[in-house]
Amino acid sequence: MTIAIRTDDLHVYFDKNHALKGVSMDIEMNQVTAVIGPSGCGKSTFIRCINRMNDLIPGCTVKGKVLVDGMDINDDDVDVVDVRRRIGMVFQKPNPFPKSIYENVAYGPRLHGVVETGNGKGRRRKHTKRELDEIVEHSLRRAALWDEVKDRMDKSGTSLSGGQQQRLCIARTLAVDPEIILFDEPCSALDPIATAKIEDLLVDLKKDYTVVIVTHNMQQAARISDRTAFFYLGDLIEMGDTKQIFERPQKEFTEQYITGRMG
Amino acid sequence: MAPRTTFNYEMEGLQKEITEMANASRAAFEKAVRMITDGDLSLREEVRALDRHVYELNERIDEHCLDIIALHSPVASDLRLISACLKMVEDLNRFGRYATDIAELIDDFEEGKAFKRFESLRSMSCLVVGMVDDAIYSFLQRDAEKASHLHERDDAVDSLYDTIFREILTYMMEDPRKITVGIDLILVARYMERVADHACNIGEYVYHMVTGERLDPKLRTGASERPPRGIFEHPNPRTELDLK
Repeated sequence: MTIAIRTDDLHVYFDKNHALKGVSMDIEMNQVTAVIGPSGCGKSTFIRCINRMNDLIPGCTVKGKVLVDGMDINDDDVDVVDVRRRIGMVFQKPNPFPKSIYENVAYGPRLHGVVETGNGKGRRRKHTKRELDEIVEHSLRRAALWDEVKDRMDKSGTSLSGGQQQRLCIARTLAVDPEIILFDEPCSALDPIATAKIEDLLVDLKKDYTVVIVTHNMQQAARISDRTAFFYLGDLIEMGDTKQIFERPQKEFTEQYITGRMG
Repeated sequence: MAPRTTFNYEMEGLQKEITEMANASRAAFEKAVRMITDGDLSLREEVRALDRHVYELNERIDEHCLDIIALHSPVASDLRLISACLKMVEDLNRFGRYATDIAELIDDFEEGKAFKRFESLRSMSCLVVGMVDDAIYSFLQRDAEKASHLHERDDAVDSLYDTIFREILTYMMEDPRKITVGIDLILVARYMERVADHACNIGEYVYHMVTGERLDPKLRTGASERPPRGIFEHPNPRTELDLK
């Protein structure tokens, strides 16, 4: 199994608060990895380290390595915009731009442009309208939203239902051709039907992407993930195959948490 | 408020029910065995009543387990406990059924006097009651070690069954008037042998419930590795007995 992300002795501090305490973890390619743990355990902090979202928080210090394809994304010479293109993120609350459905998906590719091949190799240029149309349709199809919105692409993204908005955000992430997608409690604001659609989508997406999901819903973690990591008070307590974690966890803390006796 | 109060309440209720069922099925079998060893036929009605109670508890626990799975989504040790309970009730129910079957056979049979003559049957009954006790004890005490050793004793029970079978077969061949009695005796021995098998099953569930691992198949020596044999099929008719 190929390792997509490797963290090595990863520490995060918010001023004096030691939020992550030396987390070393391998995340496998084309798998769904769930991160579980009680509130404040560091699971969101952890996935925000994977695409340097913590850089945006004042007083936050990150120590240790986050290796993606062998490259430490915290190195000074790394282009953080490119890191966030390669490692997309979907958040708890759907946050479509106040633009049309089409523009929501086209926004990223338009911003990043396309890298030329052939004679102009390596140069960036703008996408043609036809290329953008193809990316938008492909992304919406991949996010299982195309059939529901194809006749109203000019309508506002905010006019969609909560579940559709979340899938629009996923399509927006897919449009910039990432390798890894991080989901921070993507279903916590959705009803069971919308949740089921997102869950099906996540399982389908792992064929092409590496998926990491933070969730408070342990049944969700059990349903959709291949591997599960349990965090507690900033420590990685246990990581293993999801089946093993939910059937016979090795650590007492994990047992207490997943059986609802702690947290 | 402690986390998952309702769930904990349901799990405690389930444990009380399964303990009650284990005790009732154990009592039914022990009384049926006393009908053999002591010739006390007055216990027959008690055995029947206990069997009915065991059956009711089987239904109740089955439903309770499904309710807990549907409503509380248990995982890890909780899920293993419920899985063990769902399977155990079938084995405990069989204890009750076989106890009644033994009691009915004795009822048909000249006040049980013939049974008392068979020392090997008495030895077998002691062994099987001990296995039932230990199977139930291992569950109540979460004792994986004790549970893992039940198979060893099952081998002794199987050997005794083979001995009893040959012994009774010899009596029947000597005096055809004893065939009816002999078949009843073989059935009693067979029921006890099956009870020992069910005790071993419980041991396997307990081992998995406590450790999360399946009992090593190598530990299941003897009869459990042999193909099942029909009630009246002799282990080796051509070599061990001269039927000519």
